[in-house]
Parts: sequence; C-alpha cells; structure tokens
Amino acid sequence: MGLIEVGIAGVKALAVLLMVLNLSAILLWVERKGSALIQDRIGANRANILGIMPFNLGFINTLIADPLKLLTKEDVVPKGADKFLHFLAPFMAVFPVLVTFAAVPFGDQLVIGDTVINLQVADLDIGILYVLAMSSLAVYGVVLGGWASNSRWSLLGGIRGSAQMISYEIAMGLALIGVIMTFGTLDLQAIARAQGHHFFGVIPAWGIIYQPLGFLIFLIAGIAESKRVPFDLPEGESELISGYFTEYSGMKQAAFMLSDFAESVVVAGLATTLFFGAWQVPFLFRDGFHFPGGAIVALPHLLIVVMQILSFTIKVFVLCLFQILVRWTLPRYRYDQVMDLGWKYLLPLALANMLVTGVAIVLLG
Amino acid sequence: MLSQYIGVVITFALGAVIVLGMVSGSMIFGARSTSRRADKDEVFECGNPSSGPARGRFSVHFYLVAILFIVFDVEVVFMYPWAIVFRQLGVPGLVEMLTFVAILGFGLAYVWKRGALAWD
Repeated sequence: MGLIEVGIAGVKALAVLLMVLNLSAILLWVERKGSALIQDRIGANRANILGIMPFNLGFINTLIADPLKLLTKEDVVPKGADKFLHFLAPFMAVFPVLVTFAAVPFGDQLVIGDTVINLQVADLDIGILYVLAMSSLAVYGVVLGGWASNSRWSLLGGIRGSAQMISYEIAMGLALIGVIMTFGTLDLQAIARAQGHHFFGVIPAWGIIYQPLGFLIFLIAGIAESKRVPFDLPEGESELISGYFTEYSGMKQAAFMLSDFAESVVVAGLATTLFFGAWQVPFLFRDGFHFPGGAIVALPHLLIVVMQILSFTIKVFVLCLFQILVRWTLPRYRYDQVMDLGWKYLLPLALANMLVTGVAIVLLG
Repeated sequence: MLSQYIGVVITFALGAVIVLGMVSGSMIFGARSTSRRADKDEVFECGNPSSGPARGRFSVHFYLVAILFIVFDVEVVFMYPWAIVFRQLGVPGLVEMLTFVAILGFGLAYVWKRGALAWD
C-alpha cells in the first residue's frame, strides 16, 4: 500500500459519502415536490436568496434554507434524558448507513496509464455481509433515541422501531441467499460483473431475471428497514408525534430525517447492484457497444467509465423515486399487520424462494 | 487481504467526522435561550404536565420478537456459507439444506401455533 493508493482510496471514500449525502438532500426536495404533485398541491416554492433570484428555485428550501435554519436552532435536551446517549443516538442513526456504501461498486475500472483504479471504495470479498452488518447497526440509533429521551412517545417509537427492524432483517437476509446461490459469491463487484452478459443476445442478464421474488421480498423488507410509509410505525406522526425523535431539535433532528433518506438510497443502491445490473449498461462492454446483430461501436475508455457511473446513479435514483411513490400512495399499516407481513408472509416466502432457487440450480446445472 | 479494508477504515474516519460535525452543529451554532423558562426542558406530552418518568413497562411481545430474532437470524447466518458453495455441493447439499429448513420451518410453525407471532 503506497501513499498514492491511500490517497486514491480517500478520494473515492469522500466521493461516495458526498454522493449519498447529496442524493439524500436532493431526495428530500424531490419528495416534497413529488408529494405535492401527488396530492395536487404546489409544494415548497418560497425560498429565494435575498429576493434577487428571478424565479423561485424550490430546491433552495431543502439544500440551503432548511439546513441553515436547523443549524441555528437551539439544541434542547429534555429533563431526565441521558445526555450522552441522547447525543449518540443521531450519530448511530446516520453513521452506519453512510459507511454501508463503502462496499457498493459504482463503476468497473478506471485505467489511467498503468494505474488501475477499482471504482469501489473497498473491494471486499464479503461485501454483502459487510453491508448487512452495517445496515443492521442502524437499529441502535432508533433504540437509543427512544430510550435516552425519557419521553413516552420516544420510548414507544423506539421499541416499535427496533422490533420492526429486526423482524424484517431476517426476511431481507433470507431474500439475499437466493442471489448468493445464483452468483456463488458475496463479492459485490463480482456480482456486478456477472450481470454483464445477455440471454439470447438481447435480454440483459440482470439479477431480477434470476430472482424476481427475491427482489420483491428484498424491496419490501428494505422499505420496512428504512421505516418509511407504509411501515412508518416508529415515527407515526398522527399517533406518536415523531416517534423516537420527538425530543430532538436542530441538526440532531435533521440527522434522523437524513438517516431515513440515506437508508432509502442504500436500499436502492443494493437493489441496483444485486438485481439491476449494478453499473452495467446493456450491450456496453469494456471496448464499446456490441449490439445484437454484430454491430460494434468502439468508444474511448473514459466515456465508458462515465457511462457506467451514470448508469449506476440513474438506476439508484429511479429506485429512490419508486420508494417515494410507494410512500405517497399507500396508507400506514397497523402494527399487527406489519409484524404479520414480516413473520408470516415474507419469512416463509423467502425460505421457499431459497429452496426453489436451489432446485432450479440443480436441475438446470 | 487486509489491504482490502483500507478503504473501509478511511470511510469510517471520514464518515465519523462528517456525522459528528453534523450532530454537534446545533450545539455550536444554535441559538441559546437567555431567559430559561422552567418548562422548557419538560418532555413533550401534548401540552399536559409530565406524568412521571417514561421508562415503565412495555408489552412482553417485544421481548418475544427479540428472542425469535436471535434464533432465526443465527439460522440465516448458517445459510450464507452454504449458499456460496452450493454449486459444488449439488444434490446432497440441497437435501441437507432441506432437512435444515424443515427443522427451522417446524420451529416457526410451533412459534406460530403457540401464538408468539399474534398481536392483538
């Protein structure tokens, strides 16, 4: 490990972290505007910079005005709260979600001269295990936030959240086993590369073709893990005020909000990597497009890398949009329905999916 | 081998700095109230005076879920190495996993029948 390699790793890590944070902030705005669109409202459109912008750029709200406002709010810690845990909870809510992306590949390889840069912060052999381990740590943010606040609403939200998150973690873990059996590896970059060929020369061999049910279970469990509608029982505005972050103000509250969005980015990123061909562009190989029928369009290396990164970003963004669409379309479940869905439907379905995958692999060779 | 994890370490360090800066942001730049009102630090109970500490009893169902989670999540962990080498194992591997899942499924059916998964 030379100094240069460490530097490259640092740049990649910073880029990925900023990508998740920025995507979350943009999603916040997209969600406000999207919900307005769905509910026939106008949505955020008031923020302007000193009244000199020629038109109302709505996204100034969420990108500049809101963070500045939250930054200058008073930091209130309620009476009887555990001060250290009250501080630790928002940290534990965001940190594990952010670092999850270290194992997710966002491109193939960038070759500059003799240096080969793997477009992935850490090319782990156990990528999927790392991702699951990190994302399951996020439950501590919920539990600690609920416990430390010394508020009934927070405690209820925290307990609900923890039970829900651990329940869906089982279904999520089982849904991924089908994918691992199909590709025979835990390495996310290897899984991404394995999705590069085409069935009959035309259909991209993405994971969703092998594992449609696995994708469905993974997506539902992922939405439940990120505590978004229809699974937002831990927050449940109409019953628990804000659930586990009722007693938070300022940037700490913003951290909890951000963690929700960062979690949906992570779910979208994983779903893209495992089920939608990661950074693969259909018919694009390392030297250019190979269209069915034999037409070959050679492209420069740098353009191909940019197209791959763009492809990954667009897929992630579309899946995030889908989650927002789900959020503003479905009503909230009752708590018994949430637990039933996790334990009585998704868990047996995921087990069945695993066995069917096994039988299919044995039969088809 | 271990050099794989350099990226993880760097991400951890950068992520910790970013998140710590964010979480402590309001403590540093936030407003301070000059005249402290006694009820400002009161926990929120819809405007009513607080009815005592919040950390009381809660439903035993949540404990059951936690215990079931440990049981089933450990089973899932056993399946990961099996899933990786599944192609090499072939039919014997599938039969072994069928046995394992049958025992697991029996456990799930038992828990289900005894009403541990029922919420009312």
